[in-house]
Amino acid sequence: MTETGASTTPTREQDALGDLIVCPSCDLVYTVPDVGPRERAVCLRCRRVLIAPRRKAGKQLIALALTVLILIVAASIFPFLAIDAGGLHHKASILDTALAFHGMLSVLSVAVLFFIVVIPMLRLCLLIYVLVPLIRDRPPAPLSREAFALSEALVPWSMAEIFAIGCAVALVKLSDLADVVYGPAAWMFAVLVVLVVATDRLMCRYSIWKSLES
Amino acid sequence: MEIAGELRTAREMGLVGCTQCMRAVAGDATRCPRCGARVQSRDPVSLQKVWAWWLMGLGFYIPANIYPMLETRTLVHTQSNTIVGGAVELAQHGNWGVAIIILIASVLIPVAKFVLLAGLAIGVRFGPAAPERQRYVVYEIVEYIGRWSMIDVFVVAILSSLVQLQALASITPGRASLFFALSVIFTMLSAQGFDSRLLWDARSPRRGAGPAPASERNLLRGE
Ligand SMILES: [Zn+2]
Ligand SMILES: [Zn+2]
Repeated sequence: MTETGASTTPTREQDALGDLIVCPSCDLVYTVPDVGPRERAVCLRCRRVLIAPRRKAGKQLIALALTVLILIVAASIFPFLAIDAGGLHHKASILDTALAFHGMLSVLSVAVLFFIVVIPMLRLCLLIYVLVPLIRDRPPAPLSREAFALSEALVPWSMAEIFAIGCAVALVKLSDLADVVYGPAAWMFAVLVVLVVATDRLMCRYSIWKSLES
Repeated sequence: MEIAGELRTAREMGLVGCTQCMRAVAGDATRCPRCGARVQSRDPVSLQKVWAWWLMGLGFYIPANIYPMLETRTLVHTQSNTIVGGAVELAQHGNWGVAIIILIASVLIPVAKFVLLAGLAIGVRFGPAAPERQRYVVYEIVEYIGRWSMIDVFVVAILSSLVQLQALASITPGRASLFFALSVIFTMLSAQGFDSRLLWDARSPRRGAGPAPASERNLLRGE
């Protein structure tokens, strides 16, 4: 597309191979197509989305990541869930939730804290670190490749949105036992789920790796 | 938009695809020049990883169902419930809807994950019993749904932290929550260990990792 003919003669030279794309799910090889900003390149065999560039995706991703970070910090500190039963009132924050496991189960406290606070925050910070120089047209920050690889590896273990749905389930289960107070928390978590899904949709891994290649 | 291209695999062309950034790498390379990831045409120990983590996952899933998940103390009585026990009790109280949802989320889905993962691994080893596209969809579902099982552990955590109403009512997590969490983690690792490229290999002929014959390379010309 840019260098004429470069993509038509794949040899063992690295730059010619760089114009090919291999589907990670089924191993089919394609020459990198020209994908417009609202288009997606999909693997013909397994239907995996290979390339899905979005205009200004970098800026939007950073904005989303910052919002999710703020939401997680806020929900960790402020008690966001509350119940009333028989004149008693009880509130809990994310930290209280994670620390609900005692004794032999206290490893689980650490794991829960990692899944819903530490890993999501680390992942978002890494993403911001990688994307900020890219959107300002600067060369990638040091160790960007490692940072983005780690951020990608953390995706399945970053479970903030699962916890958000868990809150909804828990509140429904409690509704016969006590008066559940649906505060701003419910909204906060609905927003969190939407933002996490949006982040995933906006992110074109191929485009980011391509920009990190210096 | 769909990519127009020749349907050849990287392996057939003597290349290796980087699973991290999708770059094509020469067959003898070990690292991807774009992203630095280690590359291999197929993960040779993929099935070993799948089975090892699978067994661990199943091993922890059994105690997760034997021990209580929650202990509820109210003014009148104390009771501990296993996953299935809790659902049965809800059903006895006429709460059929919630009971069925719990059974699907905490029993049917985890069991289905074990069965499907085993089926995929057996299919790769002994020859598939279903078309590639179907098996790949199964793999995508298992991989997607795996982490969502952790919701049970989170619900236990939320209930136990919220229902601390002194003498009136309190909920404490049971031992099963730890086993259940471990089972979810190991099942996720098992699914991640599966190299989905193996699913498509049954039909396409196996070639060595050496350079492809010139005729094959020429097929890439023109597009
Ligand atoms: Zn594919
Ligand atoms: Zn790569």
